[in-house]
Amino acid sequence: MAAASVIEARELSLTFETADGPVYALSKVNLTVHDGDFVSFIGPSGCGKTTLLRVIADLEQASEGAITVNGMTPEEARRQRAYGYVFQAPALYPWRTIERNVALPLEIMGFGATERAERIARNLDLVNLRGFEKKFPWQLSGGMQQRVSIARALAFDPKLMLMDEPFGALDEIVRDKLNQQLLELWARTRKTVVFVTHSIPEAVFLSNRIVVMSPRPGRIIDVIETNFPKDRTLDIRETPEFLKVAHRVREGLRQGHSYED
Amino acid sequence: MILAATVTRPSFTGALFAGSALPVAIIVLIVLVVWYVAAIPMNAVLSQPLIDQAGGGLANTLSISWSLPRPVLPAPHQVMAELWNTVFTVAPWRPRSLLYHCWVTLSSTLLGFMLGTILGVALAIAIVHVKALNRSLMPWIIASQTIPILAIAPMIIVVLGSIGLTGLVPKSLISMYLCFFPVTIGMVKGLTSPDPMQLDLMRTYNADASQVLWKLRWPASVPFLFTSLKVAIAIALVGAIVGELPTGAQAGIGARLLNGSYYGQTQQIWAALVAAAVMSSGLVWLVGFIERQVARAMGAKP
Ligand SMILES: Nc1ncnc2c1ncn2[C@@H]1O[C@H](COP(=O)(O)OP(=O)(O)O)[C@@H](O)[C@H]1O
Ligand SMILES: [Mg+2]
Repeated sequence: MAAASVIEARELSLTFETADGPVYALSKVNLTVHDGDFVSFIGPSGCGKTTLLRVIADLEQASEGAITVNGMTPEEARRQRAYGYVFQAPALYPWRTIERNVALPLEIMGFGATERAERIARNLDLVNLRGFEKKFPWQLSGGMQQRVSIARALAFDPKLMLMDEPFGALDEIVRDKLNQQLLELWARTRKTVVFVTHSIPEAVFLSNRIVVMSPRPGRIIDVIETNFPKDRTLDIRETPEFLKVAHRVREGLRQGHSYED
Repeated sequence: MILAATVTRPSFTGALFAGSALPVAIIVLIVLVVWYVAAIPMNAVLSQPLIDQAGGGLANTLSISWSLPRPVLPAPHQVMAELWNTVFTVAPWRPRSLLYHCWVTLSSTLLGFMLGTILGVALAIAIVHVKALNRSLMPWIIASQTIPILAIAPMIIVVLGSIGLTGLVPKSLISMYLCFFPVTIGMVKGLTSPDPMQLDLMRTYNADASQVLWKLRWPASVPFLFTSLKVAIAIALVGAIVGELPTGAQAGIGARLLNGSYYGQTQQIWAALVAAAVMSSGLVWLVGFIERQVARAMGAKP
């Protein structure tokens, strides 16, 4: 039997009713994410990547079609705390220190003090932020803040990670490093990751499946499987296989864009 | 210069002497000069016969205008003398002492402020959580503040007096009535200030309403709370003084004002006003001081 499907979307559509008329954010999206997958959504901005991720997270409701998360409705999955969500911005609470920011989900989910302390230490370690426990968010750089938000999402150890352009605002050097760390984390923990990006190299490097989306209405135009070794390093970005996949992603994006410019 | 002083944050004494001291001193000087000059024509009705008797002249005009026993407008030094006599020459627990009256007013101010803050915060929490209340309660809250307090203060005092409540409590209730309003308005704004992403985060954790309140809305609203509290404590003092007026209260700043005007003791009125101003700015400063401590504990950028 193949790996169980974590996310199943069938003919999913979402229309925002706005004052200026309807905005067709998603149209007939079909998607399956298996246990242990690293799936990236890539597409130009405004194509509905965030919206799709938010539907999975039950932060937005689909207008049509069906979607299940762990075989349940997104709402049931959310109530069971099935996923950790990393937003596009760190969204740290400025009045909490770094360690108390990481503790936030643990407090809400009722973890005891010793368990909390252990998880804070472990996850701050994971994102290389030991020694910053007592600092407040404004004392950290943007990249460090985003790492805190990743540690916070990992703190309660969800099987599914939903990440919305977590490295979008970071410079390339920091981004490369975090990509490498995230990949190692994924390989080690066997989590399922759904990752939004608009960077082709990032998508190709991280994912075992790349979902290429086109804008207005947001549709899936291509799904690309990659087959790089789990312990790959950033060096594979120079290999022909990598460039071939990247080329196919770029072609897909260009197709989606053909209606204008 | 004031701007420069606040931006560079020099030491307290530094600010006093380098930054704002000069402008403040100039303003005070101007006020004093205008006050002294104004005292001459304003007291003319009383002083003119005495000046004529003494043979006129500038020296007589000034000395007599500025030293009448019951002037229309007492000169600043007369007010200072009254303050000195009623603050430093009488034991503070005696009714002759201005400090005694300050304490009477201050105690009902603080009680009213506390009650008003609790009521204001409670209303804001209710309004933020129950959509229907926003529409049904808000108009009443706003209407409550359009009624002149001077009109309803006597009613409150009389009604409560008839059920045996006198003294501190009725005055505090008037303070409360005035000061819950800015707290409610500020806290509704503060409790709804978290951005959508911060709220979505709570939703991904499946947090319940009370967790969202205490871990997100409440801490986010703290700056708004303190802004409201500074307004609230100043008007709580006004409320306490107003509450002392209609009953002919025996004690308190309001009683001093009323007494002073009955007996033409303008120095007493002015001294009471000065005391009220000092108390009011002291209370506002105190709230601001606590605000800074709280902000620091909550990791605000220095
Ligand atoms: N709450 C909303 N109300 C109305 N329109 C929205 C809302 N959220 C997103 N949209 C619109 O839906 C489209 C897709 O948005 P989004 O999913 O954020 O795109 P992406 O994340 O790919 O950049 C955009 O045109 C955006 O303007
Ligand atoms: Mg987006």
